[in-house]
Amino acid sequence: MLITCPYCGPRDVSEYSYQGDANRRRPDPASTDQAAWNAYVYDRVNTAGDHKEYWQHSAGCRVHLAVTRNTLTHKISSVAIARDVVVAERKEAAQ
Amino acid sequence: MVEMLSPLAPVWRPGPHGDLSAGIGVVMSETQPGSIVQLAAWPGETAGMLAAIDGHTGLSLPDIPGGGVSTETKAAFGFAPGKFLVVDEAEGLAESLSEAIPASLGTVTDLSHGRTALRLAGPKAEWVLAKFFAVDFSLPVFPVGKAVSTGHHDIFALIQRTAPDAFDLYIYRSYARAFWTALGHACEEVGYEVR
Ligand SMILES: [Zn+2]
Repeated sequence: MLITCPYCGPRDVSEYSYQGDANRRRPDPASTDQAAWNAYVYDRVNTAGDHKEYWQHSAGCRVHLAVTRNTLTHKISSVAIARDVVVAERKEAAQ
Repeated sequence: MVEMLSPLAPVWRPGPHGDLSAGIGVVMSETQPGSIVQLAAWPGETAGMLAAIDGHTGLSLPDIPGGGVSTETKAAFGFAPGKFLVVDEAEGLAESLSEAIPASLGTVTDLSHGRTALRLAGPKAEWVLAKFFAVDFSLPVFPVGKAVSTGHHDIFALIQRTAPDAFDLYIYRSYARAFWTALGHACEEVGYEVR
């Protein structure tokens, strides 16, 4: 499997570390809502198909990436720098 | 000035080695720069950092992934978004860059004693590196000056092309002896000289 890092270009999956499901959103750290924390820690959508996930280019530029990977085929349909995605989401949420 | 000690000393075997039937394919050497400095720009400050590198060292880096420049005595390149390695034959670069780069622009980290700089040169240098790293080293996509961050079996490497047939590699100092030994084995079949 190849992941095309926006900075480094196409690299073998062995250069990357999986950083988890990117669909979930961490509750506010000050929150004491146990159901929300339980859902954040344990609930997964277990998608068969396109799945949003984080990967770190740990043996390369070390940037965290937001990747859409098909769990049935390993086809990667999008890769972006995770920071840029999160900053854009926050901007959108603030509007 | 303190005398520089090489981590390669116990395995340093100058001279020709391997299969020399077709001549010397690769020359392996250690460049021992006096300064290796890592710069990291805060988000949005990359242009300012590039200007600071240019202003301080005279090296004008293209603002593209892995963009770099190398001269006889200095080199600099990008290896991650907003991050740069700057190398000088002379000592003292970390101190002078710390003065030139304000904390509002980013950080300056002195790696002079933390990395070992190796040079692989010769007609088979590109070919040997292609055995080690899953990266396209061909000249059209990897021109002189360009650099990459990659790894060989968990040994992290920063690689910059310094000439059409020469590459400088920056390896964590503690891994450098093992990496150098492995690189020598990889060079055996094309004939190599340590100098
Ligand atoms: Zn990368």
